[in-house]
Amino acid sequence: MIPIVYNVRSVAQRPVSTALTALGVGLVVAVFIGMLALANGFRAALAKTGSEKNALVLRKGADSELSSGLGRDVASIIAADPHVATGADGRPLVSPEVYVLIPLAKSFDSTQIANVVVRGVSDQAWTVRSNVAITEGQKPTSGRAEICVGTRLTKRFPHTGVGQTLRFGGRDWSVVCHFKAAGSAFESEIWGENEQFMPVFRGEVFQSISFRLKDPGAFDEAQRSLQADKRMTVDVHRESKFYAQQSQLLSNILNFLAVMITGIMAVGAVFGAINTMYAAISSRAPEIGVLMTLGFKPWTVLVSFLAESAFIALIGGILGCLFALPLNNIVTSTTNWSSFSEIAFSFRVTPLLLLVGVLFALVMGVIGGFFPALRAARLQVVQALR
Amino acid sequence: MKYLRLVLANLGRHKLRTVLTILSVALALFLFASLRSVTTTLAATAQFGGARRLVALNATGLVFPLPLSYANRIKGMSGVTGVSWANWFGGRYGDGNTFFANFAVDPESYLAIYPEIVLPDSERKAFIQDRTGALIGKRLISRYGWKLGQNVTLQGTIFPGAWTFTIRGVYTPTDPAIGDDVLIFHHDYFDERIGRAGIAGWYIVEIDDASKAPMIAKSIDDMFRNSSSPTKTGTEREFQASFATMWGNVSFLMSTIGLAVVFAILLVTANAMMMSARERTGEIAVLKTIGFSDRLLFALTMVEAGALALIGAALGLGAAKILYPAINFNGAGFLPGFKVATSTLVIGALVALGLMLASGLVPAIRAARLPVVQALRKVE
Repeated sequence: MIPIVYNVRSVAQRPVSTALTALGVGLVVAVFIGMLALANGFRAALAKTGSEKNALVLRKGADSELSSGLGRDVASIIAADPHVATGADGRPLVSPEVYVLIPLAKSFDSTQIANVVVRGVSDQAWTVRSNVAITEGQKPTSGRAEICVGTRLTKRFPHTGVGQTLRFGGRDWSVVCHFKAAGSAFESEIWGENEQFMPVFRGEVFQSISFRLKDPGAFDEAQRSLQADKRMTVDVHRESKFYAQQSQLLSNILNFLAVMITGIMAVGAVFGAINTMYAAISSRAPEIGVLMTLGFKPWTVLVSFLAESAFIALIGGILGCLFALPLNNIVTSTTNWSSFSEIAFSFRVTPLLLLVGVLFALVMGVIGGFFPALRAARLQVVQALR
Repeated sequence: MKYLRLVLANLGRHKLRTVLTILSVALALFLFASLRSVTTTLAATAQFGGARRLVALNATGLVFPLPLSYANRIKGMSGVTGVSWANWFGGRYGDGNTFFANFAVDPESYLAIYPEIVLPDSERKAFIQDRTGALIGKRLISRYGWKLGQNVTLQGTIFPGAWTFTIRGVYTPTDPAIGDDVLIFHHDYFDERIGRAGIAGWYIVEIDDASKAPMIAKSIDDMFRNSSSPTKTGTEREFQASFATMWGNVSFLMSTIGLAVVFAILLVTANAMMMSARERTGEIAVLKTIGFSDRLLFALTMVEAGALALIGAALGLGAAKILYPAINFNGAGFLPGFKVATSTLVIGALVALGLMLASGLVPAIRAARLPVVQALRKVE
């Protein structure tokens, strides 16, 4: 085998050309990782919203909380159901919820309006949704016009600090706390008491009912028995699955874009790599001739040049990872078209994604290097040495 | 012109390299044009809207309805020439994997207020007369293979049940922002089936003079300020623009990616051109010896770089311009009227020019300054 040092030194011999090719590959990899990190972050935010242990009840046929509607009768039927877990105080862990969207102007540009989720919850919700934790202030008191604001909202919307007053639905609400929820979509919501929100918004109707399953493994059975109940027409979803599904539309779009854009870019970069390698090989024909005269087999020449091309691409891949890394945890926001609400989430650059990025670079390098390397391996010694 | 053959011969020497370079430029500009068109299309949609149309929504938020009784009160205001209303239905068709917008409208007033919705008179009449009739955009016809007179059943998500409509007309929008993948049906029928709820999702108000828009919008809002459902009224353009801003930073991301793409390919292409120039050191020396001036060699190298960049740009931009209308692309309904704007083509051409300078300048200067004696020494 031809020692890899030969390739590394050859690459170092033409720093400008190597740098340009590697930088090109690096940008492709950076865009690739960046776009997947975006889709990843969005999906993760919604996947973390729901819990395996909870079930979510919606009106039959409703594909989002927004389009659902359930009466108080349904809420009491579910509260009495044996599949529902009971809390430490002996009450069922059920949260019948009011879910509406309100338009709020952003702090940095008041012409930009976002539809923010306002969720009216029961006192039990803070236990049912186990990922929710109050970071500042006290839980809203029952019977008062008080709200708790998700931490992702506080920076982007005015009047959301603890102690301040936010106006929506024709009323003033005092902000009494902030909460976080492990980076999930809940952090982009405003929570208050359901009984307070009902008269202000849609009247005597809940949009969804969440409850803790007594036995998370027995979801199917709970689903069957509730959906078969003649007194109501509902769909029962596993909460985790439901929220993950809400992310599908947008994450499909983002993934499609990532593959399309980087696919086309990658083809361009591979063309560039092919050109670079062909040029490198034609200027080094005498060297190759010498190598062969020394007794290196054509296939070792092939491997050697493939390795050289892969090496340049590897530099590019690492550069790409370095470009993409600062994106991690940057918060961005967009509308989730499945629920029509705005959700803030952060780019998530995971080690797996970086690895995929580097592999992607290597694949580009190997594809780009293959035909030039083949030409190198097929050189006639006499001709090459001339 | 007599040097054209020399340039062509140079380009033809490494045919593969020339083709690959041109193709990578073409791909870069194709992507650039596509990404920029997403931004320009979103911006164009935000610009849609007759200056004489206002939209009134419930001030609490867009999911809250307004009483149907507001129609007559708005109609009676001075400066108002027409009022129509609509209700978002959000029904699903088939397995629910494909989605299109569908809403209930008051047919006569809606079609009168939107002259952009064009359909034959006979179909217009048939749609208005049939209470369970539906009017659909022409894209839906080709997507689902529906026919005029056929029954179509939607599954209600907000308003449960199976809703069957008869297709009575197919329209072609003259303004792409209206969307050609929409189904509209009678508000009367909607109202009746959900039990005479008497609700409208939003009102469209036509006024006689665009300059009065802010004043009339304010007086509508004032009229309902102390009712149980206060309104928020704005021009149709503002309404559309608010939808465009919902994408948040997506437009910004698109342009950032577009820049990265162009820059990446620029590096790669410039590299290929510089290498091919370097190989020709000896040749250039020979040309100089037989009397080619420095200036001429500079020009020839630039022309060669320019030819690569411009052919690539023409291919890439041309493909984008032709491909998207050919496949009738509308971004799964998110980008109605997707179009590669002329400004995009101009900017694309400028990028190509920049590419020519970036990739041609170094080799061209080198060619012009090349000392003959030294260079010839290398020639075998």
